[in-house]
Amino acid sequence: MENQELKAALKAKDAEIEELKRQLRGKNPLPAIRKSTEDELPSVNSEPTLDNEEIARYSRQLILPELGISGQVKLKNSRVLIIGCGGLGCPAAIYLAAAGIGCIGLVDFDEVELSNLHRQIELRLHGYCIKACVSNLFIRLNSRASCIPYHLALTSENAYQLIEKYDIVLDATDNVATRYLLNDACILTGKPLVSGSALRFEGQLTVYNHNGGPCYRCLYPKPPPPETVTNCSDGGVVGVVPGIIGGLQALEAIKLACGLPPSFSQSLLLFDAFSTFRTIKLRPKQRNCVICGESPSITKLIDYEQFCGAKATDKDAGLNVLGSKERISVQEYAEILQKKSDHMLIDVRQAVEMDICQLPAPAIIFVVCRRGNDSQLAVQELQKRLNGIQLKDIRGGLHAWAKHIDNNFPVY
Amino acid sequence: MSLNLKLEFSGGAELLVNKVKNHDITLPISSKLWTLRGLLDWIKDNLLAERPELFIQGGSVRPGILVLVNDADWELLGELEYELQDNDHIVFISTLHGG
Repeated sequence: MENQELKAALKAKDAEIEELKRQLRGKNPLPAIRKSTEDELPSVNSEPTLDNEEIARYSRQLILPELGISGQVKLKNSRVLIIGCGGLGCPAAIYLAAAGIGCIGLVDFDEVELSNLHRQIELRLHGYCIKACVSNLFIRLNSRASCIPYHLALTSENAYQLIEKYDIVLDATDNVATRYLLNDACILTGKPLVSGSALRFEGQLTVYNHNGGPCYRCLYPKPPPPETVTNCSDGGVVGVVPGIIGGLQALEAIKLACGLPPSFSQSLLLFDAFSTFRTIKLRPKQRNCVICGESPSITKLIDYEQFCGAKATDKDAGLNVLGSKERISVQEYAEILQKKSDHMLIDVRQAVEMDICQLPAPAIIFVVCRRGNDSQLAVQELQKRLNGIQLKDIRGGLHAWAKHIDNNFPVY
Repeated sequence: MSLNLKLEFSGGAELLVNKVKNHDITLPISSKLWTLRGLLDWIKDNLLAERPELFIQGGSVRPGILVLVNDADWELLGELEYELQDNDHIVFISTLHGG
C-alpha cells in the first residue's frame, strides 16, 4: 500500500516537473541566432552576490574554498566565446553553462551531418550545429545567464569585433587557418585563448596568451604544409577523445574566469587514448614573435587562408592535378563494367575502408606466362592477396597461343 | 661506447615511420658529438620510409612538428644544436587541428 502511495506521489511530481519545464520554456524562449557580430551582448549581471536559487544550484561548487561565493560571482560575470560547436565545443559549452558562466557565445557555420553525431553529443537532427548545441545547452543555463548563438563563419573582418566583447575564448575549431586567425585576434584584443584539438585517438590542449606564456605563433611561426594536415573526415576520430579535451577546455576557462591559475599556460597537455596523459613544458612568449613579440610586424588581422595556403574549413578541397583525358566519370566507368570491357580497377584506399564497401570488381583477371606453369603459381599468390577477385590461368601460356591461335606468334 | 635514445613519434608523425610510435635506437659514438641536427639526418636515412619532406624541410623538422627533449620544448635547449645525452627521450609531435 505504502509503495503504491509513493508511486502515485512520484507520478504527480513528474507531472509537476513537466509543467514547470513547459512554463520555463514559455518564459525563456530559445535565443535568436545572430548572423552578424555587431549587436551588443546582454549585460552580464554585475551584482556582487548570488540569489538563493543560484546558491542552491551551485552549492557543490560554492563549498569549495578555491571557488566560494566570490569565485561563483566571477563566473556569473564572465563572458566566454566558443568558436566551433563540434566535438570539442559542444561538451565544453555544456560544462560552462552548468558551472554558471554568465554569458556564453557560440560560433559555428557548419550544417549537421550524420557522421558528426558520434562526437558532437549535443547534436540532434537540427540542421545547423549551432542550433542543436544551443537547444540542448539551454536547460543547463540558469535563468539569468545568456547564450548567444552566431551562425556565421569567423573571418578577418568580424573576428576582432566579436572577440572584443568576451573575456575568454575557446578554440574548438577544425582547421589551421581559423586557428591562426583566432590566435592573432586574441593577441590583438588581449584575451586568453584556451586551445583544444583532437584526431584519431589523440588530443592536445594548451592555453595561449596568458601570463607570459607563448601564443600559437610563438610555437608555430610557419603554418604546416597543407598536405601534412589531416582532418577528422580523413583521419578519423574516436568521439570521446574530443569530449575529454573539450571538458578540459571548459575547466581551464572556469579557472581563468575565477582568477585561479590555469594548468596549461606555457604547457601542453597530450592525451593518447592508448597510453596516458602527459604534460610538456613549452617555451615562453617569444621576443621575436610577429604578433605578440617586442616589435610585432602584424598589427591587424591578415588573410589567413592565403597565409596557410588552405581554406578555413575542414572540408576536403577537391584536387585537380590530372587533365580531363586522364579522368573518367562514374557513368563512364559503370558502362565499362556493364560491357565487361577489358580493364583492371585499382582501389587505393586503406584495408579498413575496403571492409566498409567496394565497387564491384571487374569480372576476371587472366594471368599468362610462357608455358602456363609460373602463371598458375602467380594465380595462387594473387588469390591470397586480391580477396574477392576472380583469377584465371591461361592454360599452356604463350606457347599454346602460338600453336592454336596465332601461328606467327614468336615461340622461344 | 654508444648512445642509447628513446624516440617517440605522435600526433600522426608516427605514420611517417612505419606507424610505430616508439623506437629504441643506438647511435655509434663518433669523433664529433651527436646533436639533434645529426639525429634528424640519422632519422632521414634510417627510419623514414618514404616522402622525407613530410618530416624534414630546410634542415629542420617541417612546420607543425614540435620536438621535445625529456618532456621539454627543444626551444628551451638550443634546438638543432642540443647535444644528445645517453638515455634521452626525444619526442616528435605533429600538431593536431581537428575538432
